[in-house]
Amino acid sequence: MMFRFRQPSVLPGFGLTLGFTLGYLGLIVLIPLAMAFTQAFHLSWDQFWHTVTAPRVLASYRLTFGAAFLAAVINTGFGFIIAWVLVRYPFPGKRLVDALVDLPFALPTAVAGITLAAIYSSNGWIGHALKPLGIKIAFTPLGVIVALVFISLPFVVRTVQPVLEDLEAEVEEAAASLGADRWQIFWRVIFPAVRPALLTGFTLAFARAIGEYGSVIFIAGNLPMISEITPLLIVSKLEQYDYSGAAAVSVVMLVISFMLLLVINLLQRWSRIRNGWEAVT
Amino acid sequence: MNSSLQPSPVSVTNSEPPLIRRLLLAVALIFLTLFLFIPLAAVFYEALRKGLGVYLAAITDPYALDAIRLTLLSAAIAVPLNIVFGVAAAWAIAKFEFYGKSVLITLIDLPFAVSPVIAGLIYVLLFGAQGWLGPWLAAHDIKIIFAVPGIVLATVFVTVPFIARELIPLMQAQGTEEEEAAMVLGASGWLTFWRITLPNIKWGLLYGVVLCTARAMGEFGAVSVVSGHIRGLTNTLPLHIEILYNEYQFAAAFACASLLTLLALVMLALKALIERYTLKQRWIVTLEETK
Repeated sequence: MMFRFRQPSVLPGFGLTLGFTLGYLGLIVLIPLAMAFTQAFHLSWDQFWHTVTAPRVLASYRLTFGAAFLAAVINTGFGFIIAWVLVRYPFPGKRLVDALVDLPFALPTAVAGITLAAIYSSNGWIGHALKPLGIKIAFTPLGVIVALVFISLPFVVRTVQPVLEDLEAEVEEAAASLGADRWQIFWRVIFPAVRPALLTGFTLAFARAIGEYGSVIFIAGNLPMISEITPLLIVSKLEQYDYSGAAAVSVVMLVISFMLLLVINLLQRWSRIRNGWEAVT
Repeated sequence: MNSSLQPSPVSVTNSEPPLIRRLLLAVALIFLTLFLFIPLAAVFYEALRKGLGVYLAAITDPYALDAIRLTLLSAAIAVPLNIVFGVAAAWAIAKFEFYGKSVLITLIDLPFAVSPVIAGLIYVLLFGAQGWLGPWLAAHDIKIIFAVPGIVLATVFVTVPFIARELIPLMQAQGTEEEEAAMVLGASGWLTFWRITLPNIKWGLLYGVVLCTARAMGEFGAVSVVSGHIRGLTNTLPLHIEILYNEYQFAAAFACASLLTLLALVMLALKALIERYTLKQRWIVTLEETK
């Protein structure tokens, strides 16, 4: 054979496991996903363009991507501080706090949605406190951001935390012994090491927040043009039996999500190289 | 006295002024309180606000019990399927070198990047009444959309990556030497897997199962699109919560929500236990290696 698909190995089961993996992915993920594209191409190019650039759809992109971006930015800042505090400072109840950071991963999004709506509405615990300040959160675009901050909270913490833990004290000591102050050590030594992980966490949080549905619909109020997210628009098109319209908007979201996934993989490869690990291929 | 002569490394790396340390700690804890601890407390507060009687009535309501049953059923199908998939995918990817591996890993991650709503939509497009296979399914009297199979399929879709994602890096790090030794000594492929590979990956597998189960029981968006919201038939617990909430039965909605929250807390506790256990093991291994 001139071309070898794989390197020879004494271990068995390559054909079986790879075949099963591809078959399963094909049936569960790839063929169904292809349906969104074929359905969207039932439309002519003009119809497709008209559907995905209708004013209500454009407003939903703006809200979905804008709120997801802001939520990811907020989580990048606070997530870094949380990871820093969890790795470096001792405080009572630290282990419990560390475990609870993952709550948004484990808590069903519908539960998060009704709970956040209850707390941040004008008669809820936090909403009530903000009312005299004239700040309304529930049933406004701010509510969307709050929900997205909640569901994407763990990503940055969990990507930055292991990097901070692995950071060797010697490097900082060396910098300190050479006369760097704490601030310089942070910006010149610590931050560059953490930057790839921060970026990965940001992108993961952003990607997750774009597609979020369950937690947002309860707190957003879902007013067209104002607080309606794109996934909700897809659902309402589906409920009106506008399958091609739903598929067209989905295709736009899918393409953007795939590009983000690509960015995540490139970032991870970059951080592996930066950290001097062997590329795992 | 000694400490002034020999400063510990901690004091060098943690030399932020106490004021800044306290400030950072306060910022972190206030943020977590606003976004995590208050919501967590609010679930139970709202659930029990109308008293224990209302709470118990809500979670023993026949529709609620049906919803719990369906949630457990779909998780009981989705999790084992994804265990088999995760182990198979990790075996192929970690134990062999072949072209296109990184593409395959990206494909496994796809369901993470797809909005749950789109996950539901694609099954409607495939199996729905006007879908691609719709006429054929109708002719053979098979119902998938607005029925239990659709809910199971949507749950499987959103949980595909969880176990594979845990096992692939773990098995890649473990390499192939132990399995190769077993094969050379005459063990069959299955025996090698059961005696060598499985004991090595059991904690990672359990970790993946915990994450997968939590997601399977809590999935809302994908399941909501394919379910049709038929009470007693195609309502999972998260969908039941939505219906109760939209009917302004807040106490009942939060009562059911508290069940899922308890479940989430159990999952987090399990996860923390597994993490601590594997960390300790890794520590012992490195201690033995350095001896």
